[in-house]
Amino acid sequence: MNTLSQILVLAISAIFIQNFVLSRFLGLCPYLGVSTKMESAFGMGMAVIFVMTMASAFCSLIYKYLLVPYNITYLSTLAFILTIAALVQFVEMFILKNSPSLYKALGVYLPLITTNCAVLGVAILNITPLPDGSTYNFLFATLNGFFSGVGFTFVLLVMAAIRERLALVDLPKSMRGFAHGMILAGTMALAFSGFIGLKI
Amino acid sequence: MSFMKELTKGIVKENPTFVIVLGMCPTLATTTSVNNAIGMGLAATFVLVCSNIMISLIRKITPDKIRIPVYVIVIAAFVSIVDMVMAAYLPDLHKALGLFIPLIVVNCIIMGRAEAFASKNGVMDSMADGIGMGLGFTLALILVSSFREILGNGTWAGMKVMPDIYNPMLMAVLPAGAFITLGLLMAAINNLKEKYL
Repeated sequence: MNTLSQILVLAISAIFIQNFVLSRFLGLCPYLGVSTKMESAFGMGMAVIFVMTMASAFCSLIYKYLLVPYNITYLSTLAFILTIAALVQFVEMFILKNSPSLYKALGVYLPLITTNCAVLGVAILNITPLPDGSTYNFLFATLNGFFSGVGFTFVLLVMAAIRERLALVDLPKSMRGFAHGMILAGTMALAFSGFIGLKI
Repeated sequence: MSFMKELTKGIVKENPTFVIVLGMCPTLATTTSVNNAIGMGLAATFVLVCSNIMISLIRKITPDKIRIPVYVIVIAAFVSIVDMVMAAYLPDLHKALGLFIPLIVVNCIIMGRAEAFASKNGVMDSMADGIGMGLGFTLALILVSSFREILGNGTWAGMKVMPDIYNPMLMAVLPAGAFITLGLLMAAINNLKEKYL
């Protein structure tokens, strides 16, 4: 398989087959918390794509050139969470300085992303050996972060669209809020489990 | 007296999963079987108790502005300990929980208790709070996983409980089953709360 078709396979599996939210259960807090309005869901999604791509790239480099040579891979959890926290802070300052309008759109979501388990999850998944024993190289780790972020944003937007339409539905009192969100997510997960049979 | 109060509030009144609704990711991902749920619950409880004690001890010397990074490092250190101990002594469980052991670092319950409780209260109270919240989390995981394992596999903690005639409902152990089970349980608990509290 050439590189281009490998990238296509990676994209389809990260977005549909192994969707971060619906099949790996990562990033559920923002998925349920920020999905009541389309606008904020879009802002959150863009911020997550951005940070996940950057975090994948940096963590992959740190793992390869710092943790492995000094034989301290057992510190990877600690190193990654610090990298992500620093990165989010840095990105926030950079955007504030260079593009105040973008900061207005993404600003409030950026600090929340440090504790989004999808970001740490993708960094750890990138260094976890694949079934054939190899791990992603720098390019594929970065792309995996990007496509996983796209997959997250995709289901977040679908969820926000559904919830906007259902905002005025008269539900039984005990079903309101999180209980209702969970059932909606379950229905979406059921639809997405159809992608498991996809042979690529 | 207050020790017991802090200990018991996490189990029912302020249950982290069903009342505060924190830490949803492990609740959904590791509840495919009761054994996994107990393993995850105890690992999180250990980290929660240790980090609560540690953060409570250093709460007076932690500068306010950098408290969040300090908490993250304390929590990540304990998570690494759990990760390594589990890989050495319980390799099967470690493999089953996989990614979700390192992800205890970003579990909102632990960060939430550090910020909301341990940073403001004494060591004994923080320990009690950690134990109570940890037990509440573990019990919630066991409750969800019981439904999923019995419906999806016909067993409870590996023991056969359903008659042979029962045809396992595979959906309950798939991701979709996790969401729907938790959603229905939350609705049921909301309903009970309205009636009796």
